[in-house]
Amino acid sequence: MLITRKAEFSASHVCAQSSLTLEQNRALYGLAANPNGHGHNYVLEVTLEGDPDPATGMVFDLKQLKEIIHKAVIEPMDHRFLNYEVPPFDKVVPTAENVAAEIWNRLEPSFEGSPARLQNVRLYETDDLYVDYAGARK
Amino acid sequence: MIRVTRRYRFAASHRLHSERFSEGENRALYGKCNNPHGHGHDYVLEVSVSGPLDPVSGQVINVSALDNLVASRVVHDFDHKYMNADVREFQEVVPTSENILRVIEERLAAHWHSVFSGDGPRLEAIRLRETKRNLFELRAS
Ligand SMILES: [Zn+2]
Repeated sequence: MLITRKAEFSASHVCAQSSLTLEQNRALYGLAANPNGHGHNYVLEVTLEGDPDPATGMVFDLKQLKEIIHKAVIEPMDHRFLNYEVPPFDKVVPTAENVAAEIWNRLEPSFEGSPARLQNVRLYETDDLYVDYAGARK
Repeated sequence: MIRVTRRYRFAASHRLHSERFSEGENRALYGKCNNPHGHGHDYVLEVSVSGPLDPVSGQVINVSALDNLVASRVVHDFDHKYMNADVREFQEVVPTSENILRVIEERLAAHWHSVFSGDGPRLEAIRLRETKRNLFELRAS
């Protein structure tokens, strides 16, 4: 069974590689290459998979899931400039793909040894662009 | 696994009517969508692609390149059009959402490799929302 919890954070970023010219970065990243940055209201959907515990009837305690997301993602990323304030985005381009993968990496350890496993991270950068990341293994 | 999904919109009208059936059969089969003068929808199209995450660019796909492909091959020809009359394929085929998805897949597939490299992103699925209550999905072959 799958359960999904939603969260939101607002952050700014620049998508550019320091080794490229502004023009090359524009060709790759479009408007997102603007050197002074710009922001999004990111929407995050975290999906866990597991069997409901026969006693509690729950796959995972949603209050606890909310806490985990808050500590691992919202607190460090909300109202931040990702490139300057949230490693590894000082070195890694904070595309939606990389932000989704980073969120997965930050969340996954919390479910080690838990009956539920992290199944998918969906990150909406805008209403019209989202990324699904389900880990590096598959 | 990593997948990127992009949403596009177009407004278009259509009439569901097949020459294979009688007037009565068409009305029974397609209901209100058989109205002789057609009717329209604000369609939402979702295009999902998957592929390797380029470690340098941090991208699965160049979204601007995808936007250009979908704009030139789909949205430009469909937006604010009467599909039965204005879109070539629907002069032969009834523009149900299922058939619209097939046509969109064919159009994207035909030009995919002129834009994206062979080991790059691949088209995984396209979804069409005809109204808030109808969603159609085609897993690309
Ligand atoms: Zn952006």
